[in-house]
Amino acid sequence: MMDLSISIWIPLIPLFMFLLIGLFGHRFKPLVSGVMGTIGLGVVAILSYTIAYQYFFVQGKVDGVYHKIIAFNTVWLNLTDKLHIDLGVLLDPIAAMMLVVVSTVSFMVHLYSIGYMHGEKGFHRFFAFLSLFSFSMLGLVLATNIFQMYIFWELVGVSSFLLIGFYYTKPSAVAASKKAFIVTRFADLGFLIGILILSFITGTFDFITLTDTSGEAIRQGATIGFLGMSVMTWAMLLIFMGGAGKSAMFPLHIWLPDAMEGPTPVSALIHAATMVVAGVYLVARMFPVFHTSAPHALEIIAWIGGFTSLFAAVIACTQLDIKRVLAFSTLSQIGYMMLALGVSGYGGEEGLGFMASNFHLFTHAMFKALLFLGAGAVIHAVHSNVMNEMGGLRKYLPITHITFLIACLTIAGVPPFSGFWSKDEILVAAFHFNKILFAVEYAVAGLTAFYMFRLYFTVFWGKDDRHYHHTPHESPLTMTIPLMLLAVASIFAGFIPFTELVTSDGAAFEPHIDYMIAVPSVLIGIVGIIVAMVMYRKENGMPEKMANNLKYLYKWSFNKFYIDEVYMFITKKIIFNYISRPVAWFDRHIIDGTMNGIAGVTNLVSFEIRGFQSGQLQKYAFVFVTSALALVLAFIYLWTN
Amino acid sequence: MTGNQLMFAIFGMLIIIFSILTVTSRRILRSAVFLLFVLVSTAGLYFMLNYQFLAAVQLTVYAGGIVVLIIFSILLTSHISEKFEVVGMKKQIFSGLAAIAGIILTISTILQTEFKATEVAAKEVDMEAIGLSLLNYGENGFVLPFEVISILLLAAMIAAIVIAKKGKTQKP
Amino acid sequence: MNTGIPLEYFLILASVMFFVGIYGFLTRRNLITILMSVELVLNSVNINFLAFNKYLFPDQFQGQFFGLIIIAVAAAEAAVAIAIIINIYRHFTTINVEDVDQMKF
Repeated sequence: MMDLSISIWIPLIPLFMFLLIGLFGHRFKPLVSGVMGTIGLGVVAILSYTIAYQYFFVQGKVDGVYHKIIAFNTVWLNLTDKLHIDLGVLLDPIAAMMLVVVSTVSFMVHLYSIGYMHGEKGFHRFFAFLSLFSFSMLGLVLATNIFQMYIFWELVGVSSFLLIGFYYTKPSAVAASKKAFIVTRFADLGFLIGILILSFITGTFDFITLTDTSGEAIRQGATIGFLGMSVMTWAMLLIFMGGAGKSAMFPLHIWLPDAMEGPTPVSALIHAATMVVAGVYLVARMFPVFHTSAPHALEIIAWIGGFTSLFAAVIACTQLDIKRVLAFSTLSQIGYMMLALGVSGYGGEEGLGFMASNFHLFTHAMFKALLFLGAGAVIHAVHSNVMNEMGGLRKYLPITHITFLIACLTIAGVPPFSGFWSKDEILVAAFHFNKILFAVEYAVAGLTAFYMFRLYFTVFWGKDDRHYHHTPHESPLTMTIPLMLLAVASIFAGFIPFTELVTSDGAAFEPHIDYMIAVPSVLIGIVGIIVAMVMYRKENGMPEKMANNLKYLYKWSFNKFYIDEVYMFITKKIIFNYISRPVAWFDRHIIDGTMNGIAGVTNLVSFEIRGFQSGQLQKYAFVFVTSALALVLAFIYLWTN
Repeated sequence: MTGNQLMFAIFGMLIIIFSILTVTSRRILRSAVFLLFVLVSTAGLYFMLNYQFLAAVQLTVYAGGIVVLIIFSILLTSHISEKFEVVGMKKQIFSGLAAIAGIILTISTILQTEFKATEVAAKEVDMEAIGLSLLNYGENGFVLPFEVISILLLAAMIAAIVIAKKGKTQKP
Repeated sequence: MNTGIPLEYFLILASVMFFVGIYGFLTRRNLITILMSVELVLNSVNINFLAFNKYLFPDQFQGQFFGLIIIAVAAAEAAVAIAIIINIYRHFTTINVEDVDQMKF
């Protein structure tokens, strides 16, 4: 038995690294900062593996059921006897799983960044921010209560903001970082209100008390209605709003494609593997509450997830920027996870969706990080983001080519790669819940295969005789090693027995493969691959013809269904004109006016009375004498008693 | 009218007349001389009260010391022949009103107050008694004020020198 | 009393002298004449002290010593004041109190 309280060091090491590199990084050589950050994360990764192993195989299981363990706890704000805010470490299956995901991907990205960011200005700043992000994300994963989670939630948002705006001299990056921050902040407002309502009803912040399915807290508030739904449903929906903001669910998805302005390793770490799944993690964390007290909210989550996955997949088919394709693919996959949570039941076989969601989260983190890092290697070699300027790269970048192919096969759901296993479980869960959702997801699976292989063939095949300014060359080892490691993870992650490890109630259940669903899903994936191969393997006129035939659909998809324009219309035209402007006027004229008026009156009075301060000695003396006489008169004659 | 009363009337008249002349004369040196007359008359009053020592001090320190000092400083800073401008009417009226109001207020207060005149025999105040009292720290001893005033005079002397001394860098 | 003059006469004389001094202080422009007005004021107070000593407490010394001390203080004050006046004269080349009004707003 090992003392689990050392897990507190998992978030503390990156924090220390952040302070060290952030404060003193400019004194070191750039490489030193990078190596220090990487070593720090390596230690964290090892610690996380140890903790996860200890939890899953040694200490976590009691009578065949995984329990939540408070490994470390300290009271941070002791407000009253009942109300106190703690900081601590909570270990349970999803937390342990997320630890592995976050520390692995973060370590890989650190290692990769040493090569990718080589020679960039602000190298140490980049690593400081990466460490800050790792700290925040690990703190979020390990949170013992919803308030702690909220704190780290915001920290994650801040580090995301900082990293998207890393190239702060580029106006588009600045705009993207602001957009990401404002959109997620807006969503977090809902999250905060949700937390307040939830804790007001249940009287606790604590996850263990909240999610105890046999406890009292979870049943509070289910009977209090508000606008046709119970208060609990509203609270959980508001909390989901925060999750939807971070996980970029429709209609709050607009920030994620723009966030690709950040450096590619950042996109891999934050906007593909870890931060964007924080919303999924949040819903999974609160899942018993959702299921028991707010089933309607869960249903809404399922539909939002399903819609987002379809919506994003359609857009991904037409985008030309390699990273944006991946960004929309991320949206689509997170939609899958949300949907899986939404359709899940609680306990045993019923909780298939919960398991599948976390399973997919895990495998997706691996293969999407791999895809982004591979895309980064391509961009690094070609110095462009745009697919049309690429082609035939398989000859120049062999390692990147192979690993990218593996990742594409994984996401397309081809067995035996890991994506197949997790996606299949999601489809099964959706099939049992709602046939429409199942059909949607089935179509999305085909679309996914199509757009991923469109990307793959355009970049690595296509015009073989394309001429580059300088011959692309394979990336350095620090970049290819993470690619290879992640490729291995993508292949074999599917064989991890998630049904035994991560389930809704902690108890294991028997997995089985439903061939009725598995076989068609593989088939549609292969169909998608073949279509893409026919269209993009060799250069031919087919994509243009296709685009012309589907003129409007293509145009709408290419312009991301004009959602950004709708937002711009609402904010610029409606909110700015009819709300902000009157408020600004009120602020400037009424509030500032009052204050300025007070200051002005004071000023005026001062100017008037300064005449008394004439510097004329005899005037002072005159006032003194007459006042003394007046006092004598007053005290001796008038005020005799 | 006894001799004493006559003397008092004369000194009183002199003091009041010369005081007023001191503050109204338009030639500064004359002002100083009128001040000298006031101080000398005051010394006369002290003699009348049988305080010879104080009267002597009044004559030496005031009339002999301060007035001479004032005349020197007049010579340093003013032209003897210069006449002051007439004081502004407004200023004169207001200051005069304040002064007259003060006089009326004090005199009416004085007249309303009963002073209990004692019949105790007057103590002989010769030089010896004063000298002994000044250096006595027992009852009726004034050694502390004496020392304090010594230090004050010393400080004033040093201060006067320091203030009036020309700075090295100052232009003449 | 031995002098045959009521105490009030002394007090009235002193207060007239006092307010004449005040009047001078308020109206004169030359710093030296202002100083002379102050001397008048001090002198009038001195008369009061001595008169009170003589009439009310003839068996004690306090009044006299107060008078003595006031004379000493007046001497010290005159010395310092004249030093200041000479310095002001050097600085502003005038000792008109209305021209020395730097200490304002």
